[in-house]
Amino acid sequence: MIPVLLVLVPLLCGIVSFFIRSERTVKTWALVSSLVTLVVSLLGLTFLKSENFLTAEAEWIPMLGSSFYLKLDGMGTLLCLLTAVAYPAIFISTWHQTYSKAHNFFALMLLSQAGLMGVFVAYDALLFYFFWELALIPAYFLCSQWGGERRIPVTFKFFIYTFIGSLFMLIGIIYMYTKTPDQSYALESFYKLNIPNSDQMWLFWIMFVAFAVKMPVFPFHTWQPDTYEQSPTAVTMVLSGVMVKMGVFGLIRWLVPIVPTGAWAWGDTVSTFAIIGMIYASLLAMRQDDLKRLVAYSSIAHIGLMCVAIFATDNMGMQGVMIQMFNHGINIIGLWIVVELIERQFKTRKMSELGGLAQKAPALSVLLVIVALANVALPLTNAFVGEFLMFAGIFNSNVSQYNEVFMVTAGITVILSAVYTLNMLQKVLFGNTSQLTANGKDIRLNERMTLVVLVVVILAVGVYPKPILEVTQSTVDMILSKMINKHP
Amino acid sequence: MNAIVLSAIWGVIMMFSGIFTKRLTTVRVIALIGITVLLACTLMELNGIDFFHIDTHRMLLFDTFSLLFNAVIFTCMLIYFLLSGKDIEKVGSDVAEYYALLFFILAGVGIASSFNTLLMLFLGIEIISIPLYILTGSDKRNLKSNEASLKYFLMGAFSTGLMLMGIALVYGSKGSFSLDVIASNTADLTPMMSAGILLLMFSMAFKVSAAPFHFWTPDVYDGAPGVFTSFMATIVKAAAFIAFIRLFRGSFLDIQGKWQLIVAIITAATLFIGNITAVFQQSVKRMLAYSSIAQAGFMMFAIVSLNEIAMEGLLYYAAAYCLATIGVFAILVRMKDYTFDGYNGMGKHHPTLAAVNTVFMLSLAGIPATAGFMAKFYMLYAAISTGKVLWLVIVGIVCAAISVYYYFRVIQAMYFKDGEKQEIESGPGFKLVLGITAGLIVFLGIFPQWLLDRLYDFL
Repeated sequence: MIPVLLVLVPLLCGIVSFFIRSERTVKTWALVSSLVTLVVSLLGLTFLKSENFLTAEAEWIPMLGSSFYLKLDGMGTLLCLLTAVAYPAIFISTWHQTYSKAHNFFALMLLSQAGLMGVFVAYDALLFYFFWELALIPAYFLCSQWGGERRIPVTFKFFIYTFIGSLFMLIGIIYMYTKTPDQSYALESFYKLNIPNSDQMWLFWIMFVAFAVKMPVFPFHTWQPDTYEQSPTAVTMVLSGVMVKMGVFGLIRWLVPIVPTGAWAWGDTVSTFAIIGMIYASLLAMRQDDLKRLVAYSSIAHIGLMCVAIFATDNMGMQGVMIQMFNHGINIIGLWIVVELIERQFKTRKMSELGGLAQKAPALSVLLVIVALANVALPLTNAFVGEFLMFAGIFNSNVSQYNEVFMVTAGITVILSAVYTLNMLQKVLFGNTSQLTANGKDIRLNERMTLVVLVVVILAVGVYPKPILEVTQSTVDMILSKMINKHP
Repeated sequence: MNAIVLSAIWGVIMMFSGIFTKRLTTVRVIALIGITVLLACTLMELNGIDFFHIDTHRMLLFDTFSLLFNAVIFTCMLIYFLLSGKDIEKVGSDVAEYYALLFFILAGVGIASSFNTLLMLFLGIEIISIPLYILTGSDKRNLKSNEASLKYFLMGAFSTGLMLMGIALVYGSKGSFSLDVIASNTADLTPMMSAGILLLMFSMAFKVSAAPFHFWTPDVYDGAPGVFTSFMATIVKAAAFIAFIRLFRGSFLDIQGKWQLIVAIITAATLFIGNITAVFQQSVKRMLAYSSIAQAGFMMFAIVSLNEIAMEGLLYYAAAYCLATIGVFAILVRMKDYTFDGYNGMGKHHPTLAAVNTVFMLSLAGIPATAGFMAKFYMLYAAISTGKVLWLVIVGIVCAAISVYYYFRVIQAMYFKDGEKQEIESGPGFKLVLGITAGLIVFLGIFPQWLLDRLYDFL
């Protein structure tokens, strides 16, 4: 019931939005729809927790053994919550932004939400693939239509990258399906698979490419900074806040428990790549002048850490990944909101042209500092919990041969992230005002509200993360049992 | 049997209709009635109502597969007439004859999809081909159309020669034309038989425009009048594929291991050549010609794997591909500018046309929730389930990704580039049929079961 609603509400509301001609109405409509989705997702987390409400199954393509099977488990609940929180935050914070053909814009936004929700609740591999692609198509149109100057080639690169990745995943899915004893695409049947080790070696890569492109992990990341820079900020928030989680999520649910030997054999290789990418992205972030590119590179570094923690195959590390998926979404959306506010007011994203905002916009500055510190993973902020758990997990790993090396090198990126984030704060907020910022104004009520809500979430999770950890514990136990039991 | 007899009769009716009436609308309405009758009769025959009891001595076999394929083809044909009927009338002055030829081709399609001897195969293919040579050259005053017709005729005659030779060699080693006899006792594969199989394979590859026998395709598709290109690229190609799979599944299934690699290589070559060349085209019509080669490459997966899934998949692929391509061509032939730039700004000036065209392009590219995805999915599934040709699957994936490039160029032109407003004649009826076609594509994409269940309903 709940998962069906989570997909259906944004889907239907999105289709209706295509036909609303007035910009104000469509904005309100989209906001209402996203709030309804949020309420549904909260209901799933609190009152309607029983199995009946969280599962939905209907016949779809019986000939192929595929059914319309949706289920909310711990990890799914958390990510659906993130998606449900993200959209109202995006709509409210960009309320004053005007778009040409607004009805199409909001319709596509809602459709992308439907796709994302579908990815997180699908318990059938074919259905999962369906939603996986359906989330991509609206994003493609959104970026190409409303993006920056170089939007068309950049978005196209993004599309081709992810499309090739997902096609490889499709081969993997079909291959696994042909091996299932009961010829079914259900996740449970996939989890029962015992794929020969020699097959797991290539199957791992064929599936991993899709997730690696989406996350993105070095060396598949080259689409990401350009796309984030060129997309309209509302879409960048969706892409970086929620859509990259599809990669991490897919890796955890659809790859490592099914090909544990492959994951075990290639884990160190992947982790090495991820760590190279983290350090590389952090160094690049230090040299950026454009705020959007800075946040984009910092995101690569954070996601890389999640990837390493997954392959550490440790309870703490996995829990860290879970909570960090949520945190990273919240934090980065907060950062994008600030970037958007700055860009809209001063028509620039270059840090060298900004400065002294603390005098002109105190509220913005305070909120930005908190969000930025969460990005550095300072204690008391949410990211600290996640990163601490992940580092502990990597250090404790029994699977990885180089866990100490990984832990230390990955630790360096925390320092680097402090360097570029604080540097950014210094250049934007402090110092003398520039020509542009001399007449700066503080932020409006709607923007302040959104940022305050995000900051409250950041601090609340930072101080008391237990509720979230409890939600995901069952999923983590299940995934780890699959990974460890099948080890040679 | 209903379809073959009736389409031949209706061809004759169409021919004479040109004498009795000069009103083009009347001719078109007669054709529409004809195709509706054909569709209805095929559906009746699927349910066991047969009007003509002719003993063909197992030369023709009307199983569910061939009947369902005919039903699909007639549905596509109905949509084709509804969408492009007016454009057929603009090609030249002999409208009734064009319709007559189209109906004769349908009779050929009926034979080619239900043959059980090599003789009938040959007849079916020829009945399809000869009217096509005429239709290709129907734009008589256009030099390109004449050139295309001559080229098609010469190449077609050559491949017919190959086919005859192949049939003769197979007959020589087996002593019968019947697929039943050829399929039995395949243990001793004589050199004569091998040569016969190869020649048959090559001539069929020519008919479906698989590489390296595809050279005629771009020129012929480009030179022929747009409406007939649409017909050739969809219905004729699908029929040739059905004949191809019937022939190979019916007679050479047991010795699949001996020739599978050759077909796999042909498939890979077709995929690469079709997709990579399509990327460099400036004219959408020519791009669609190469895209039809590329799509043929995907349909070849069915010939490579040749299992139950491949049969289902090919039927589904034929429906998905025909619907989308007919739709794209219906809009294209009404445009003045056939280049990609011609599509610039269509999203603004003709929102409905642009929206349905987007659905068609997405389907051709194989994006989920369109029929094109399930079609490609079936082909990959068929190939993977054989467990032998995984490299070919990888090639297919890479090529599918390349194909996104040129299909999305059209979408980009329509929505993200500005252009002058072009007059495209599109009445509400035209838009409605296009909308129904797009809706059908999405419906089939989400509920593929609906079509494939019919295969087993009537057993």
